[in-house]
Amino acid sequence: MESLIIVLVGVLTTVAIYLVLSKNVVRVILGTAILSHAVHLLILSMGGLKLGTVPLLGEEAVNYVDALPQALILTAIVISFAVTAFILVLAYRAYQELGTDNLGAMRGSDDE
Amino acid sequence: MMNNILVLPMLLPIIVGVLLIFLRTYGRIQAWISLIAMALTAGISGYLLQKVQTDGIIRLDFGGWEPPFGILFVADSFAVLLVLTSSIITAICLSYALISTSKELQTMYFYPTVLFLIAGVNGSFLTGDLFNLFVCFEVMLLSSYVLLTLGNSKRQLREAIKYVSINIVSSWFFLVALAFLYGAIGTLNMAHLADRVAEVGQTPLLTTISIVFLIVFSLKAGLLLYFWLPGSYSSPPIVTSALFGALLTKVGIYALFRVFSLIFHHQPEITHTVIGIMAALTLIGGSLGAISFNDLRSIAAYNVVVAVGFILVGLAIATPAAIEGSIYYIIHDMVAKALLFLLIGTMITLSGTSKMAGMSGLMKNYPLLGWSFFIAMLSLAGIPPLSGFIGKVLISSAAIDNGSYVLLALSLLSSIFVLYSLLRVFKNCFWGETIVSKEEQLPLRRGVLIPCLVLVGLTILIGLGTEIMSPYVTDAAETLVNPSVYIDAVLGKIQ
Repeated sequence: MESLIIVLVGVLTTVAIYLVLSKNVVRVILGTAILSHAVHLLILSMGGLKLGTVPLLGEEAVNYVDALPQALILTAIVISFAVTAFILVLAYRAYQELGTDNLGAMRGSDDE
Repeated sequence: MMNNILVLPMLLPIIVGVLLIFLRTYGRIQAWISLIAMALTAGISGYLLQKVQTDGIIRLDFGGWEPPFGILFVADSFAVLLVLTSSIITAICLSYALISTSKELQTMYFYPTVLFLIAGVNGSFLTGDLFNLFVCFEVMLLSSYVLLTLGNSKRQLREAIKYVSINIVSSWFFLVALAFLYGAIGTLNMAHLADRVAEVGQTPLLTTISIVFLIVFSLKAGLLLYFWLPGSYSSPPIVTSALFGALLTKVGIYALFRVFSLIFHHQPEITHTVIGIMAALTLIGGSLGAISFNDLRSIAAYNVVVAVGFILVGLAIATPAAIEGSIYYIIHDMVAKALLFLLIGTMITLSGTSKMAGMSGLMKNYPLLGWSFFIAMLSLAGIPPLSGFIGKVLISSAAIDNGSYVLLALSLLSSIFVLYSLLRVFKNCFWGETIVSKEEQLPLRRGVLIPCLVLVGLTILIGLGTEIMSPYVTDAAETLVNPSVYIDAVLGKIQ
């Protein structure tokens, strides 16, 4: 199961890197969103994927899952949500001001 | 019980920042309240520093969860020294903002954002948990994104997109490194990590993970991976640049020192060698950048890069004397970089251009500004009795003792390049024909030099008062060199 998820992480990262390397700002943002999903899956599988119940509630279960990776992912999701929201607004403002969504055209020059 | 005070350097700015959001239209009131908050934070960290000297390392377990199960804040001398310095620098930069920035900026949530930034910075210094370090980094970065875009000029928006993208990618690397570390060791508490790594030995897998951490923190600190730094540090309003130049890179440097002296210090022939090479290349790149631009803000931004390289030379050598020198130099650099940026900002406001060609003979009209710049220059070059001297001496002598002659040569050469780059500014902008006559010159806004003069005073004071500082810095260096002190303080029973 872990190997399968790791392959999925690899596929997601590949897609994300392809998007991040493109010149269109919106594609880059989509790329960063997928990038964060990939790493969330990675954290999840690092905690070990197994059947089990919630830890600390009762003692009758055979298996308990590790709760820490889920707490970490929850925090990371919130953060990446905030950052994605911010960069979307930033990209929109930059498009309004600069008149382009092409990163190549945003290089800028020295004489301004 | 008294340990609860440990959370205040992070909590106080956040609470005050939230309150300030409701006072949006009152620029000056916001400025005064945030100044008072930062002065309080500085006072608290001064008290903490004293307490650490008498009681040893202090820790605060949130929610009573004893380590390694809960998140905790740990205050050792190194962390608290940096918290103290950054609080003082922030207070001074805020007072400059009060005097010099436009009303639009002041009423667009500038002060709350600065307070959130400093909360993230102080949190990063104090935390004892690697994932919590990531969270504090993000608090700091999100505030820095906002600060970078406040002002809304085209150049800022353009640079902000680059800055935000690069930081998203580096945060991603941080999470990847954390995931692998958790998978490999099963804990994220720094002291517990250090303990377990020491137990099982630093296997090649762990060393690889440590290199991922090195990449992450190097991106934040501007160690070799500094290509994003000059653009984004030279586009926002000057107060923001001063805060970034003084504080943000130092957080990355702090993280490098913490992680590579506490957790991954068992394979110095790999990790510390890589750090040494990166520091050397940073020194070369930063020095060349500093002398090759005509734009004052770019020169200042490349000076930040040179300092990063210099401080990390101390970590690469990693003897107690070198670490001590680095700590002195970090504190000095926070003061001196804030001073440099504020002075350059004042010069740009006065002459209306950031190009060296547009300024000449400022000395005649603004002698105080000129001599402040002169002192800042000497301090950055490491001339005694100013604050840069002691750090340079300690790192250089440690490099000689350790036989690291390449690093020694590069770090001394970089000082000359720094001196040359600033001397060029000093000569071109302050001496020569005065372009504007006495009647046409812009009056220096009242009080605008006070924050700069306070910083000048600080750099002289640190230089002369090294003797007073030395017990604190020595203690900080000793804790860094002997990780067991830190580990025992965190994993032992609370007093």
